[in-house]
Amino acid sequence: MSYEPVIGLEIHVQLATRTKMFCGCALTFGEPPNTRTCPVCLGLPGALPVANAAAIHFGLMIGEALGCRLAPRSIFHRKNYFYPDLPKGYQISQYDEPLCLGGQLGDVRIHRVHLEEDAAKLVHASSSGRIHESRASVVDFNRGGTPLAEMVSEPDLRSAEQAREWLTLRCAVTPTSRCAARAPPSWAPRPS
Amino acid sequence: MSAPTDLTAAQAVDALGRGELSAGELFAAYRERAAADDLNAFAWVADETPARGAVEGPLRGVPIAVKDLFCTEGVPSQAGSRILEGYRPPYTATAVERLLGAGATLLAKTNQDEFAMGSSNENCAFGPVLNPWSRECVPGGSSGGSAAAVAAGLAPWAIGTDTGGSNRQPAALCGIVGLKPTYGAVSRYGMIAFASSLDQAGPLTRDVTDAALLLRHMVGRDPCDSTSLAFPEEIATPTAERLDGIRLGVPEELSGEAEGIEPGVQEAFERTLRTAEELGATVETTRLRHAEHGLSAYYVLAPAEASSNLARYDGVRYGLRAGKANDLVSLYTRTRHEGFGPEVKRRIMLGTFALSSGYYDAYYARAQKVRTKIAQDFATAFERFDFIVTPTAPTVAFGLGTKVADPLAMYLNDYCTVPMSLAGLPAISIPNGLAVPPQGGQVGLPTGFQIAGPAFSENAILDAAHALEGAIGFDAGGGRA
Repeated sequence: MSYEPVIGLEIHVQLATRTKMFCGCALTFGEPPNTRTCPVCLGLPGALPVANAAAIHFGLMIGEALGCRLAPRSIFHRKNYFYPDLPKGYQISQYDEPLCLGGQLGDVRIHRVHLEEDAAKLVHASSSGRIHESRASVVDFNRGGTPLAEMVSEPDLRSAEQAREWLTLRCAVTPTSRCAARAPPSWAPRPS
Repeated sequence: MSAPTDLTAAQAVDALGRGELSAGELFAAYRERAAADDLNAFAWVADETPARGAVEGPLRGVPIAVKDLFCTEGVPSQAGSRILEGYRPPYTATAVERLLGAGATLLAKTNQDEFAMGSSNENCAFGPVLNPWSRECVPGGSSGGSAAAVAAGLAPWAIGTDTGGSNRQPAALCGIVGLKPTYGAVSRYGMIAFASSLDQAGPLTRDVTDAALLLRHMVGRDPCDSTSLAFPEEIATPTAERLDGIRLGVPEELSGEAEGIEPGVQEAFERTLRTAEELGATVETTRLRHAEHGLSAYYVLAPAEASSNLARYDGVRYGLRAGKANDLVSLYTRTRHEGFGPEVKRRIMLGTFALSSGYYDAYYARAQKVRTKIAQDFATAFERFDFIVTPTAPTVAFGLGTKVADPLAMYLNDYCTVPMSLAGLPAISIPNGLAVPPQGGQVGLPTGFQIAGPAFSENAILDAAHALEGAIGFDAGGGRA
């Protein structure tokens, strides 16, 4: 009996906005830990989010580039779970009314594109950097609140090679398409 | 001249403007009173000189007491909870910032029910607040510290927050004025969240004029709160002395002894209706058909929102962190076990259940529909009436400890105030008399009269309240012992 791999991808596209998804903190890289933070992205008591208009604009451009239906009305939801890199105890994401629905990239159908905020970065104090060998973990909130467009494909891919090849089509959402989305290094496909 | 602490805040502003009084003198007089507080009204009192605020601006340095739910930079902001014990935020809530910018000085932070969950101030990690009219009684809640402080003259005025009645009910029980503005009128930024779709900041004051003055410097659009709105007009100083042509609607569902209103409270309510008629108003009974379900809907929605809003108190970044935790789950569970009081835990569990998969439609979604129905009831009523009026709270102040074991009896305190909260409408409570509780007692305790209007009708509400206040002539002396 042989199996057919059925693959769909969920891709987090980091948006190259000047500031974070719900606050005015600068989105820069390689800064000393916890220096690009404020009451909002630290989840301090009383702080409230304000949506970044540029991120919404970029999200709509991605939807446009992928031929999605752009939602006339779209809302954010809270995804509640506890983890130290999630300062509010929930991630602000989108659930039943995402920014973009449907679409196509190459041979693969796009299910939806929605906006959300990235979690902070956990650093585990051990030689390997792995959590289960570490004595302690520390949190760097500089990344927390980075705007992400989450692209969800339909399960239209049938092999790892095909998935890798499809990912190289990401130029659709890079500056060449006028959309200033940026692929973080970890997003580049690695040979398995 | 009388003692500076006998002046209302508006009178103090005038006296300061005329140079009859100095801001330093006024602050010192209140600081001395606040430091001698024996009602446990305060969680924190300023040192000899104000930590924050200036004497420049229209409020001329008049001191203010601020509910502990508001973040104040460098000053403890604990929301009545052990989990935030000693927490000093790095920023100040917009509403407070505006008042300090207008020339108020920060006198004190007031005790409250933990995270604003409660109607008696007994759910406070730092001890219950006492009612200045009778120290065996509760001051109401959750803004009980603010209400008690103003009633006892320990502060000229105060701000509080109102989610289901938390300004209006303690104002009623302490014989002062409490206002919940239209949802969105005052920024929620920096106000520690309980139920975000309901929370509103507002004034607690000795009289209606002070409430208007304080509100004037609180309202307005804030770019940090996406739900805040530009108030369509300036909050004026109320001057009305008559109610000619004003149509008052009395909802059957929210008044009368059959609905659980104490006889003395109902009597005071009916007396005020007659006063309103003497001032030229017409009074008619009406229906708010879904209002009786307000409390049930509220106690699904508010805990649901709270369960999510309180998730951030996890011991990782600020506030209490339980010792002896040897892994992540025990850090969370021990911190939250030690940090939250029983009522907060109850509501987190209720809310988490109501939002959980499979129950969402039966509870949260249905409660939202009830909420819409209640808002529609009000909209229909305001086609015929200028205001809806009710007793503010079903009872006068009750004895400490008498309802703590019975959460449902406690929740009934909010019966008359919750419907306006669900509909996002402005409502004021003014003192309208004294009543002896049915179980008897030595002294009469204050009752409150609630006036609710359409969204952004604050000026009209304040005017009507001002006219009634003048005619009622409530003697607040019993609270100033």
